[in-house]
Amino acid sequence: MSEPLVLGIETSCDETGIGIVRGRTLLSNTIASSMDEHARYGGVVPEVAARAHLEALQPAIDAALAEAGVRLDDLDAVAVTSGPGLAGALMVGVGAAKGLAVSIDKPLYAVNHLVGHIAADIVTADSAPLEYPTIALLVSGGHTSLLHVRDLTTDVELLGETMDDAAGEAFDKVARLLSLPYPGGPEIDRAAADGDPTAIRFPRGLSRASDLAKHRYDFSFSGLKTAVARWVERCEAEGIEVPVADVAASFREAVVDVLVTKALAACADLGVPRLLLGGGVIANRRLREVALERAAAAGVTVRIPPLSLCTDNGAMIAALASELISSGRRPSTLAFGADSTLPVTEIQVAEAVPA
Amino acid sequence: MILAVDTSLGTAVALIDADGGRRAEAGAVDPLGHAEVIGDLLVAALGEAGDGEITHVVAGMGPGPFTGLRIGIAAARAFALGRGLPVIPVPSHLAAALTALESETAPFAIVTDARRREVAITVFEGLDSDGLPVVTAETVLVRATDADAHLDGIRRIDVTTLSATDLARVGARALAAGRTLTGDEPLYMRHPDVTVPGAPKRVGT
Ligand SMILES: [Zn+2]
Repeated sequence: MSEPLVLGIETSCDETGIGIVRGRTLLSNTIASSMDEHARYGGVVPEVAARAHLEALQPAIDAALAEAGVRLDDLDAVAVTSGPGLAGALMVGVGAAKGLAVSIDKPLYAVNHLVGHIAADIVTADSAPLEYPTIALLVSGGHTSLLHVRDLTTDVELLGETMDDAAGEAFDKVARLLSLPYPGGPEIDRAAADGDPTAIRFPRGLSRASDLAKHRYDFSFSGLKTAVARWVERCEAEGIEVPVADVAASFREAVVDVLVTKALAACADLGVPRLLLGGGVIANRRLREVALERAAAAGVTVRIPPLSLCTDNGAMIAALASELISSGRRPSTLAFGADSTLPVTEIQVAEAVPA
Repeated sequence: MILAVDTSLGTAVALIDADGGRRAEAGAVDPLGHAEVIGDLLVAALGEAGDGEITHVVAGMGPGPFTGLRIGIAAARAFALGRGLPVIPVPSHLAAALTALESETAPFAIVTDARRREVAITVFEGLDSDGLPVVTAETVLVRATDADAHLDGIRRIDVTTLSATDLARVGARALAAGRTLTGDEPLYMRHPDVTVPGAPKRVGT
């Protein structure tokens, strides 16, 4: 099967993503987001997300099939995110994927969400094939991970990840400190437009020499968030109006600096002149700018899938399964569950053993 | 045939004939692990049922612990979608009542665990002319320790496993009578457990 037709189901956070690919060709990337429902809570509420997935799945599958111009009978396989992510949200997708696969009697591939983010790059139209090895920096509201990808389907290593908040979460929390709405990323971006990124020197988490020994590729954003909170409180205590633009710009600069510095350090240390960016926070223009600028200076090529494939989506899940199928992997058994902490080394879950 | 799926308690899957006769049943009593077992249970039930076309899928809509409850509904809907079949949503307590009526005399209350030291209670009184259990007091959540006082002498039947066969039968009878037993929203009985945030906590200097 050289060009498998695969439908992917992604429900690890607040996006219900249904994607359809044929081989490496994207046929549909349908996303129903419950983000608006989370806005008044200032962050993703797992139970709200899980309820929304159940409502959104069927219409999203219908819409994806219509857009792709295929029927369920045509599919060669169904794919689903097994983890990592929010357990209750993942389980809705797993239940649906199993019901669908059994119903149409097609193989099911249970895959890793983070590796899916890398696979998003291969269904990006007109892009050259992904070269190995590559360093991948995945940044969203749910994760901040630095990966060493030697092969998409067999060999992905976790170099580091956040020890506390995900970068996207830090944006949301700092937005709240500045009385800006959710989601924080675009709001901070907007507020930072007229700000001076060098106005305040906020701390760069896990970047001191003493931290680098043990946490060279790990991230921490909670100290940064606290530093911003202290700064805002001090302004208030002194009766000074908070310079929102400067705080936003300086905060954003601190996040971007750490992300790019650590990613390029990994490239240099491992001798890998390629960096792939993924995750919803890649929408942040400043992050893309700084990454491109500093990577160019370091002789590192940067790949960034279109934003619709950077945020959580089902197409990346279908794309990863399509690669697994093309490389001869057997389907998963039906006996897997949702694994909220699935390690990145488990690219496929519960692959069947040969009979 | 009619396929029924319920994950309001354990995981229960069954197929019945158009006349209500049981064709296959598969289940797991574990109140967790629905996502892990649902696929294999579907395969087992379909295999046991053998040839014959499925015409409808009945989904047990709870009440039940949300995380597990949704898995069965998601699976039932996706199965139906895969074959272009209609879904019949059925309150899970109706199936438990139908099972109980085989050996018990009404009135009685079906009582299931709702977690957080609460139980879900529905009071029933026999069958109506469509063969459906008659609800005399709609489902409510009550503190487990208050359940007996709440029931005030009505006999309670504590249920920990559900018969998907009886769930399918309830669905079939509702279908035959042209009745809708509940909507598309699961019987959550609780709002999502969240509060709108206030001002950020002070961190001090
Ligand atoms: Zn993601």
